[in-house]
Amino acid sequence: MSSLKIVGGRLADTNAETTILVRNGRIVALGDAAGKEPADHDFDATGCLLTPGFVDLCCNLREPGNGQKGNIASESLAAAHGGFTTLCASPDTSPVNDSGAVTNLILDVAAKRSSVRVLPVGAITRGLEGDLLSDMAGLAGAGCIALGNGARPVKNARVLRRCMAYARTFGLTVMFSPENQALAADGYAHDGLVASRLGLLGIPEVAETAAIMEMLLLAEETGVRLHLGQLSCARSVEMLADARKRGIAVTADVAMHQLMFTEEALSGFDSRYHVRPPLRSEKDRQALLGGVRDGVIDAITSQHQPHDSAAKQAPLAATEPGLSTIESTLSMGLLLVERGELDMASLIRALTSGPAGVIGRTAELREGTVADLCVFDPDATWVPGDSSLSSVGRHVPLPGKTLPGVVRLTLCDGRQAWPQSDL
Amino acid sequence: MTATDPSKNSLQLTADGQLRHFLTLDGLNRALLTEILDTADSFIEVGERSIKKVPLLRGRTVVNLFFESSTRTRSTFELAAKRLSADVLNLDINTSATSKGESLSDTLLNLEAMASDMFVVRHSQSGAPHFIAESVTPGVAIINAGDGRHAHPTQAMLDMLTIRQHKGGFEGLKVAIVGDVLHSRVARSQIRALNELGAAEVRVIAPATLLPRDVESLGCTVEYDMTRGMKDLDVVIMLRLQKERMEGALLPSEREFYRLYGLNQEKLALAHPECIVMHPGPINRGVEIESAVADGPQSVILNQVTNGIAIRMAVMSMAMGGQMAERSRKLAGRAQG
Repeated sequence: MSSLKIVGGRLADTNAETTILVRNGRIVALGDAAGKEPADHDFDATGCLLTPGFVDLCCNLREPGNGQKGNIASESLAAAHGGFTTLCASPDTSPVNDSGAVTNLILDVAAKRSSVRVLPVGAITRGLEGDLLSDMAGLAGAGCIALGNGARPVKNARVLRRCMAYARTFGLTVMFSPENQALAADGYAHDGLVASRLGLLGIPEVAETAAIMEMLLLAEETGVRLHLGQLSCARSVEMLADARKRGIAVTADVAMHQLMFTEEALSGFDSRYHVRPPLRSEKDRQALLGGVRDGVIDAITSQHQPHDSAAKQAPLAATEPGLSTIESTLSMGLLLVERGELDMASLIRALTSGPAGVIGRTAELREGTVADLCVFDPDATWVPGDSSLSSVGRHVPLPGKTLPGVVRLTLCDGRQAWPQSDL
Repeated sequence: MTATDPSKNSLQLTADGQLRHFLTLDGLNRALLTEILDTADSFIEVGERSIKKVPLLRGRTVVNLFFESSTRTRSTFELAAKRLSADVLNLDINTSATSKGESLSDTLLNLEAMASDMFVVRHSQSGAPHFIAESVTPGVAIINAGDGRHAHPTQAMLDMLTIRQHKGGFEGLKVAIVGDVLHSRVARSQIRALNELGAAEVRVIAPATLLPRDVESLGCTVEYDMTRGMKDLDVVIMLRLQKERMEGALLPSEREFYRLYGLNQEKLALAHPECIVMHPGPINRGVEIESAVADGPQSVILNQVTNGIAIRMAVMSMAMGGQMAERSRKLAGRAQG
């Protein structure tokens, strides 16, 4: 496509109607100026909202891996369907992304087969084992935008301290999902009412808050830029706000499903809602929503974890954690807006400029920038199911439900990522 | 928003409220629990005959699917099924299929191919019988014989039957459950049953390390001091203490536990003079209970075992009845349509 004019849409954050003219992959005009220019194609965005492409700080693409849970082609297409144009790919692949060679492999495959931009997150410890430092400078040189330990714990505070100090040397951002391994032990559900009733092994809130406290103190001491991923507790939001006040360089995100569901989702032993960190109480959910609304939490992630069906077909404790979320993330956000729990501007910020800022990028609709945007109809509906999903993972958060929010067009890096066929 | 309708009721009950699986006491009302007790009462008489059989499950195949070892529970289920004239197959899965890497789903598919009518399931993971009930072909009944820390509904119901036999009912009763509530599926089911049947108070007595988070939400009060907790009790239920609890840093020693939470004659004297003593077994003499109490006049521990067979006959026959009623309703619906 040489030039495309998106007409009739409104900017999602301000609700102002505008026209966007994209030529040779760049936004060349916005607003009235764009309206007057001719274009090869017009895209009718009447009734639709326009936003920068969504940025996901935590996404599992499952490649390299054995393929049965997904691959870069399938999951990036799912991301484009969900309005995402930038994915931070978690290092928990097989082999683990703990060397420049694996990073290069991911970037090569992404260049050939990905619908959207893939930014790898490198493993901060070798093999994600949590005890030896990885070649952090080498990983960053190969293209990793941050370092983290995926869903695995770092063995102890001494290793964690050295990880942070070494990363600090090179000005790298570290991303951790805070969980104290000893306190979480064999748990797989929130240590609360539902776990007590059903006899599920609980992960107490303090498994997260104790880890956050330790990480904040170490970040303060080492001066590293710390990102806390996938918060689940009310108390964590308070601790984050306090740390910000003290001037610690810390950012944070929450997975969309944590804003949507509570521990009650497990009350029928539904393995779909076995996620990590676990879905917690209503009080926690409310505090997390508050954190997003007032900007203490910078970003909402998909925490997309596609699985093959067998991974979820077992008694709850034996199933693998994770939801296949990336195609439903926007819809869940719109449901929250519909219910008055979140405002549209906060939702869009937490999906775009918020996460972009965490990794030192921008996400905006501005003249002269490469076209990276999403056009969605908030009033149109869809039903997640086999025929509507692109991800290999079919364990979606709201299966068979009619959901608001249909992505009509995703442009990534100036190219059309969704729908797959040309206009 | 709740993600799914907590479908436990529709999972274990037919459209008109009959039992079709027996997975948990959650969602079963007082009328249904009473019906189970009454049905069990009628089967007690069968056990007293010289010919101890009724033909309710004749021609049916019951598979005892034990993923966790058990002697008493399995043998009472086996006896119950045989007294109902069923064919019984006992499978100890922990030593066969799963150790070869076969998934539970695949094991089930193989067993279903043998045309079984009922699975009696014991599993170390909470919710395993729910998972099985959701995956089996319609028409196959699942009976929970104990899953992880979740539920042991037949044990709780045989305990209720024992209490009813000795106390005449549940109104006004003060019941204490003592010991390792945290790991106990029995305690969870008992608390639920006692609440539904109208007991005046359910008290749990244990140190904080052996209680689940927010345990009061299950419908009980908490007492850390056993001498205070024994006051006015009509029923005291002792739980088995597993030796592993010391290793997990939940308790300092057996000796200290016995001193503080073991039931001896001295502590029992603090309860109502007609207080009965129960234990789901197998008992650890000198760990949670003194021999003189376990074998004493207030102990009803052996009545519990006898009642176990009657309760299991009751739920097996009721669940099979529910499955058959559902099947004939479907056939009738199809004939009409």
